[in-house]
Amino acid sequence: MISLANPTRFLSLVDRVVPWLSAVVVIVLGIGLYLSLFVAPPDYQQGETVKIMFVHVPAAWLGMLGYTLIAIAALGTLIWRHPLADVAAKAAAPIGATFTFIALVTGSLWGKPMWGTYWVWDARLTSMLILFLLYLGLIALWQAIDEPGRAGRAAAILGLVGAINIPIIKFSVDWWNTLHQPESVFRMGGPTIDPSLLTPLFVMAAGFTALFVLLHLIAMRAEILRRRVHALQQTQVERAALAEA
Amino acid sequence: MLDLGPHASFIIAAYGVTFVAVAALVLATLDDDRKQRRKLAELERLGITRRSARPTVKTSHTVKTAAKPKAARTPAKRKPATPRKTRS
Repeated sequence: MISLANPTRFLSLVDRVVPWLSAVVVIVLGIGLYLSLFVAPPDYQQGETVKIMFVHVPAAWLGMLGYTLIAIAALGTLIWRHPLADVAAKAAAPIGATFTFIALVTGSLWGKPMWGTYWVWDARLTSMLILFLLYLGLIALWQAIDEPGRAGRAAAILGLVGAINIPIIKFSVDWWNTLHQPESVFRMGGPTIDPSLLTPLFVMAAGFTALFVLLHLIAMRAEILRRRVHALQQTQVERAALAEA
Repeated sequence: MLDLGPHASFIIAAYGVTFVAVAALVLATLDDDRKQRRKLAELERLGITRRSARPTVKTSHTVKTAAKPKAARTPAKRKPATPRKTRS
């Protein structure tokens, strides 16, 4: 495990894992889509609109998972100053932002026929929007500072401060009176969803998670290569300056 | 044919947005990865490589690398302690 913290060993592992993981993503998402669209029965209250749940809920979970990963990586950056921790955080941000965006838009499209409105400023929806804005802030911060080390430390601080939003999202439906339905999958006393709807949901969640891991590994590889390119370009500039002098 | 009921447009829009966003993310991630590989290959073609990636220089007897000379890596030997002179 410790050997994987070496960027060169990590790159060789990614090269080996990516083809297999790509196949897993295609197969699991294919099965998940088939179960969601053709097998899952309509809900007794919501009818066929329950099909939106199969993309909305996994996307929301992964939006939160992505930020949790960034917060853990921030500790790695600030405490151990490990270069891969910063790489992991930077690579996770656009992926987490995309899944949070999907959760917001699909939630809005689910809300209109069920609640009669696309948006309400209740605790769950607002805290998810704040999560999306935090992602955008982190991406902007990494783009704004050229030197990767400084950018990584600044983003790590913002990442840790923003992590307070994750438990707020999770417990917002318990702490406040919201229009959003209460927790119905991971709760004390078990899920309140019928297994005929829970199975496609878990298969889609597994497929989305595999896709997240796959994209994260590829994005981390690209980030490591970007830093190598940056370092080599600097070497090239220094050599040219020495040759002129 | 798939019957999505009276709210079919919302379901189709939700899956459509998900598909477009995921496809854009996948394409952007793969494109960035490809771009960085190409840039690195271009720099290596120009002979600009990382120290750890440079080939080792083989001679007939030894393999010389950029490592520090052996003497610098091993701690300097202490002088043997001179026996104390004792007054007789």
